[in-house]
Amino acid sequence: MQLTLWTYEGPPHIGAMRVATAMTDVHYVMHAPQGDTYADLLFTMIERLPRRPPVTYTTFQARDLGGDTAELFKTAVKDAYDRFAPKAMLVGASCTAELIQDDPGGLALALNLPIPVVALELPAYQRKENWGASETFYHLVRRLAKKSDAASPMDGTRRPRCNILGPSALGFRHRDDVKEIRQLLTRLGVDVAVVAPLSASAADLQSLPDADFNVLLYPEIAQTTAQWLQRQFGQPFTKTVPIGMSATREFVQEVAALAGISVPADIEADAHAVWYARSVDSTYLTAKRVYVFGDATHVIAAARFAQDEMGFEVVGMGTYSREFAREVRDAAKLYGVEALISDDYLAVEAQITQLQPELILGTQMERHIAKRHAIPCAVISAPVHVQDFPARYAPQMGFEGANVLFDTWVHPLMMGLEEHLLGMFREDFEFHDAAGSSHLGGKAAAAQPAQEALAEVTAHGDTAPPTAHSPAVAPAATAAPAVDTKPGIGMWSTDAEKELGKIPFFVRGKARRNTERFASEMGIQNITVETLYDAKAHYSR
Amino acid sequence: MSTVIPIQTAAATGCQTAPVLVERGQREVFCGLTGIIWLHRKIQDAFFLVVGSRTCAHLIQSAAGVMIFAEPRFGTAIIDERDLAGLADANEELDRVVQQLLARRPDIKLLFLVGSCPSEVIKLDLSRAAERLSRQYLPDVRVLNYSGSGIETTFTQGEDACLASLLPVLPRSQAPAPGAAPAQLLIVGTLADVVEDQMRKLLNDMGIAQVAFFPPRKSRAMPQVGPDTVYLLAQPFLADTARGLDAMGARRLGAPFPLGSEGTTLWLQAAAQAFGVPQARFEQVTAAPRARAEQSLGRHRTALTGKRIFFFPDSQLEIPLARFVQRELGMDLCEVGTPYLHRQQMEPELALLPANTRLSEGQDVEKQLDRCRQDQPDLVVCGLGLANPLEAEGMSTKWAIELVFTPIQGYEQAGDLANLFSRPLARKLKLVA
Repeated sequence: MQLTLWTYEGPPHIGAMRVATAMTDVHYVMHAPQGDTYADLLFTMIERLPRRPPVTYTTFQARDLGGDTAELFKTAVKDAYDRFAPKAMLVGASCTAELIQDDPGGLALALNLPIPVVALELPAYQRKENWGASETFYHLVRRLAKKSDAASPMDGTRRPRCNILGPSALGFRHRDDVKEIRQLLTRLGVDVAVVAPLSASAADLQSLPDADFNVLLYPEIAQTTAQWLQRQFGQPFTKTVPIGMSATREFVQEVAALAGISVPADIEADAHAVWYARSVDSTYLTAKRVYVFGDATHVIAAARFAQDEMGFEVVGMGTYSREFAREVRDAAKLYGVEALISDDYLAVEAQITQLQPELILGTQMERHIAKRHAIPCAVISAPVHVQDFPARYAPQMGFEGANVLFDTWVHPLMMGLEEHLLGMFREDFEFHDAAGSSHLGGKAAAAQPAQEALAEVTAHGDTAPPTAHSPAVAPAATAAPAVDTKPGIGMWSTDAEKELGKIPFFVRGKARRNTERFASEMGIQNITVETLYDAKAHYSR
Repeated sequence: MSTVIPIQTAAATGCQTAPVLVERGQREVFCGLTGIIWLHRKIQDAFFLVVGSRTCAHLIQSAAGVMIFAEPRFGTAIIDERDLAGLADANEELDRVVQQLLARRPDIKLLFLVGSCPSEVIKLDLSRAAERLSRQYLPDVRVLNYSGSGIETTFTQGEDACLASLLPVLPRSQAPAPGAAPAQLLIVGTLADVVEDQMRKLLNDMGIAQVAFFPPRKSRAMPQVGPDTVYLLAQPFLADTARGLDAMGARRLGAPFPLGSEGTTLWLQAAAQAFGVPQARFEQVTAAPRARAEQSLGRHRTALTGKRIFFFPDSQLEIPLARFVQRELGMDLCEVGTPYLHRQQMEPELALLPANTRLSEGQDVEKQLDRCRQDQPDLVVCGLGLANPLEAEGMSTKWAIELVFTPIQGYEQAGDLANLFSRPLARKLKLVA
């Protein structure tokens, strides 16, 4: 058993729903108890889809458990087929139905429906949403894909043709990424045959092998499928996910090589992020300490963009995608940090508390943590929130995606000169640190006084993360030090505490930590103003 | 002035014996775990630990956009394959999780272990676990259990199960002297704090001094219950809780639910009669707020009279709401769906509905959608999974869940309640694109 306050991913059947809902003529019949229909609202409310997901639930109740739940399932399959006339059907069980072992696959096959019926085995007590989506997409493609005789070789007499694999319903900016990458491929002279699963039909899946190669956008969802298509039909696929300028350039080169074409000279005409990052007003971004957490694809890409293209310093990164732990660990080594592979929100919170980054690039969950610690935050990855489906065009991928990343990540930060002025005149009655950045309406940090967040950090230390509703937050001056230390060492004097208060709130946590670590290492009992500046000199190197 | 306001003289009123369309197909409703969303805000020192699957955790965090709370007072102990395979002792695992939780939240005084579909199916005995943990953590923390599983409870029934689980720990009050008036009035069912304060004031002003609310805002302020207690249900989904209170000797006052001016008046009057409040006093206390309620309803009545409304089953509030919109706003009822029809508790409500009302119990969502499209109502009250798709089909909808999360009871909220129905229509008129 695992104590969970928030879960990064839903159960695997949600992943199956993301595939079914993305497609145009596939229906999913799920053996599930009453209440599991909540999943519909993920699509109709969070993603604002104007149609119901193509999912039928048996919604059995206690009284059904004594009777024939298998018959209930068969009736549901039959009724769904009659009503929706899908071209292919998925059948499976949610977590509770898995326990009653009715064998949805066998029951559905016994009905002898005249369409392909794919039985899903999604172990809900071991696996999660992305794995479920990947497995569902893979089994659908395995079942449906057929190389047609009409497929012509890529011999220069026609334009090269590719599929785009991975975008699904409820994906983080998938809609816009597909549009951006499709435009990019078109400008390169490559035709897009099928996008799947998003907006694909069962017939589209059948024709997947007819394209020359595959563009893999979301490995969490489509890598297994892309690998199978490569093995089965000799169809190569792209390995670079085009998030950020460098990655997009690599991706363009990869596509050009696979398609045997040359890259147009003006391909980067609309890319502004490189120049924006080089322009002098971006100097203040230099070496900002960032923490990155999310799914593997977005974390690897965001860390690279942060370090190499924004000039930040990646001080910590991690993922909840256990399936891609190795890739994230390898990426983390590039920045000299150890990746946190965990789906435990509390572990992520503890690491952020300990690292005190200046910017968090995370998910909706990290936004909570950021809010509590008054750390700026931008969302880079699912789990998604209604805010992650903006009305405007806001891709993460391609050259426009890099523009969007630049804007999105800079927005929550305090602008360079504003930061300096705040540091110089700290007692200004209007523009003090608790007032927050003026370009964010001046209310951002006021909602949660930085002092309180700071006191919590200190009071709880590294092992016990702070809680939002702690009844009494220990005054900072008497709090236990945040770093491991011997008792009696590193107590703050009143003067030093006051001096610490003059440091801007967004670096104050780091200053406190460094000072305490310094005091601990030097065996200093009483932290004075002198100690504070000695520590500053010691760590500034 | 009569206490029943003759807003509309229906040709034939009362559908207590009307046929009910009972359906048993796909039910597009929440499970009882969803009640945690408001219960964890109501009882401020309680924590709700769901013992279930990742689906349960995902449901609660998705269902009502509660991700806004940085750290809520609920969580999930997620059962994994080690628990199922018997590799880990589920009880030891639960003890460990509870210990971890209570160390993190020392402010918690009441912990609910909430059963789910998986925990019910694998027959994890949470009542024994709760007893064991209570022995360990009392007097600091009391541990109770109830089931919010979808196989046993529908949406608001989760609150019923939660409140019923609290009954055994309520202090018992004494039997009254024979013939004496009841000593206290208990109001049962979660109400917004502001509504509680208004109701308490009205009742106090009538001379009913001892008024208690259940559930209380703090777990250490549990009301006494016994044969000297009469109670009023503030919510229509509390059948098990009511049965438990009856067994403790408390006496239920039958009344319509306090929705709208008429409902509130009849509800308060049931209390006034039980406590022997003179009619003049009752009139004097309620006249002003009743006039305000009437006034605030007027504007919405103009917009809604003659409009046709269709209720999908959701919270069991549907019948009282249908009575309100039909009698006080002049709307026409296409269909009134309810997940469960408790005839005895609904008796006073059914008596006020038009005789020909189409009532349905349970659901077969596809068939119900067919009927809804056939009816082409002006307004559909439905769950979050159906609202946007129906809007896309050109219908106007009201999310049913908002009716559970908004203060809608009592005189001062009658206009707000009406506004929830008129706003979708007003909005449609406003938007030109």
